[in-house]
Amino acid sequence: MEHYLSLFVRSIFIENLALSFFLGMCTFLAVSKKIETALGLGIAVIMVQAITVPANNLIYQYLLKDGALAWAGLPDVDLSFLGLISYIGVIAAMVQILEMAMDKYAPALYNALGIFLPLITVNCAILGGTLFMVERDYNLSESAVYGVGSGLGWAMAITAIAGIREKLKYSDVPDGLQGLGITFITAGLMALGFMAFSGIQL
Amino acid sequence: MARLRRFLDRIEPQFQKGGPYEKYFALYEMVDTFIYSPADVTRGSPHVRDAIDLKRVMSYVVVATFPVLLLMLWNTGFQANNAISQMGMTGLDGWRNWVMSTLGIAHDPNSVFANMFYGLLYFLPMYITTLVAGGIFEVIFAAVRNHEVNEGFLVSSMLYTLTLPPSTPLWMVALGIIFGVVLGKEVFGGTGKNFLNPALTGRAFLYFAYPAAMSGDAVWTAVDGYTGATPLALAASGGIDAVKEAGYSWSQTFLGVMPGSLGETSTLAILIGAAFLIYTRVANFRIILGVFLGMVATSLLFNLIGSDTNPMFSVPWYWHLTMGGLAFGMVFMATDPVSAAMTNKGRWIYGALIGFMAVMIRVVNPAFPEGIMLAILFGNIFAPLIDYFVVQANIKRRMKRS
Repeated sequence: MEHYLSLFVRSIFIENLALSFFLGMCTFLAVSKKIETALGLGIAVIMVQAITVPANNLIYQYLLKDGALAWAGLPDVDLSFLGLISYIGVIAAMVQILEMAMDKYAPALYNALGIFLPLITVNCAILGGTLFMVERDYNLSESAVYGVGSGLGWAMAITAIAGIREKLKYSDVPDGLQGLGITFITAGLMALGFMAFSGIQL
Repeated sequence: MARLRRFLDRIEPQFQKGGPYEKYFALYEMVDTFIYSPADVTRGSPHVRDAIDLKRVMSYVVVATFPVLLLMLWNTGFQANNAISQMGMTGLDGWRNWVMSTLGIAHDPNSVFANMFYGLLYFLPMYITTLVAGGIFEVIFAAVRNHEVNEGFLVSSMLYTLTLPPSTPLWMVALGIIFGVVLGKEVFGGTGKNFLNPALTGRAFLYFAYPAAMSGDAVWTAVDGYTGATPLALAASGGIDAVKEAGYSWSQTFLGVMPGSLGETSTLAILIGAAFLIYTRVANFRIILGVFLGMVATSLLFNLIGSDTNPMFSVPWYWHLTMGGLAFGMVFMATDPVSAAMTNKGRWIYGALIGFMAVMIRVVNPAFPEGIMLAILFGNIFAPLIDYFVVQANIKRRMKRS
């Protein structure tokens, strides 16, 4: 239990996907103008991460890993070179299914998220989460915890930057830096604050 | 004084639009409003009738640092003189010692004057460097972007200098304040428009860029080659027992007789400043209390959990308050009205978050001995979000009521 708790805390704060690995920057910078949409996108990322990381973990464990096909009588087959394409395929499929399911059962959330839901397919934080899972060789329950935690960390970061950007509406940024420029600086300064966690051993 | 006013009035047209020094109007305006209150009056309604303006708020903060300043001067000199006399150093070189020996002042740790004077020789160059380096960039931005040079810089520069270790090289001091002023404040449009505390941004930049000059045991006493751990570093390695063994009692850390960053040592002086700030309502007491309560609760929690391997777990809260920079950050840094939360309920949450984070970094993060600086930056990041949720909750509550 303690092991999972420390993995959870680590994936939210210490190894924050957005502010210590700078993954998912495109959506992080583009969809952070308003807190509400950022919050919605964050929730969508949590859901997608929570589903795709364990799903990819199953695929990796039972199909792709070196010797994973032993159950099918093929102990010498190593399909790990198919990793990237299968993971991104799984992510795309999952997002599509999630989209359809939400359209049917939770239309309010579906409408609120709009275009951002399909955009998550190409969010590098999602693929990054899966690849970290493979690299660190998590088992199924660890990858479920890691999926939820890393999604939560990313969601927290994007809502925080959205809050700051709403506050910065009243600022007087030099012409050359307006828009994306100041957002990059903001993200960098936020990462400076998030350095608080670097070095914590759990 | 009337002559000065006449002089300023006479040269004013030169700086106005069309005058030869039009570009330097910000400079003129800075000097003029620093000495005299400006003649501008609000023309349109509504009016707020209050004697307190931005300038007074800022100068109150500077006034509140005076007790800290006094004890800091004495303590910096005392730590250095004490180390010098303990090690029996003679024939020290460097300009400071040249000044001391020329004036015939001995490195005597028992003499209040010698301590204060030696402390002043360390503080003054750093402070002047901060003012000049930061001020130049402040004026450049003000001149190019047509806004006024603000008294906020006086506060930032004073607080920034007080957070540095006494032996920081002057070029680093300059670099840090420039980073803080430019990237922490001016790119967002100047005072009141930033989201991080500029002084702390500069300090954090130095901390990560030059960790060797900002942490460790060798930097806290203003004597070359002398290593003396701060009580906080002692506590991190051996718990409170190690601090007591090294000869620091609680009252000593409370009064500020210990090595550390310039302004952080004396909790007593900081609390006097805090009383002044709260009385004049410049600092919001909710933030200070929030940090304090968050700190107490978190350290009690850690005391309760306990740990066999990490002695920091058992450090009681009243030691957390006096060791390191927690008190200084709590009173002077967290209360910065620009980067803190703006709603009253939000201030409590914001304060508690900082208190929690500060103790958490101290206790569980072995990479950083001190946590308050990063905790406040972390709080600054989440302050707008806290405000947002407080406002939303309020809206929801009132919707329900009607």
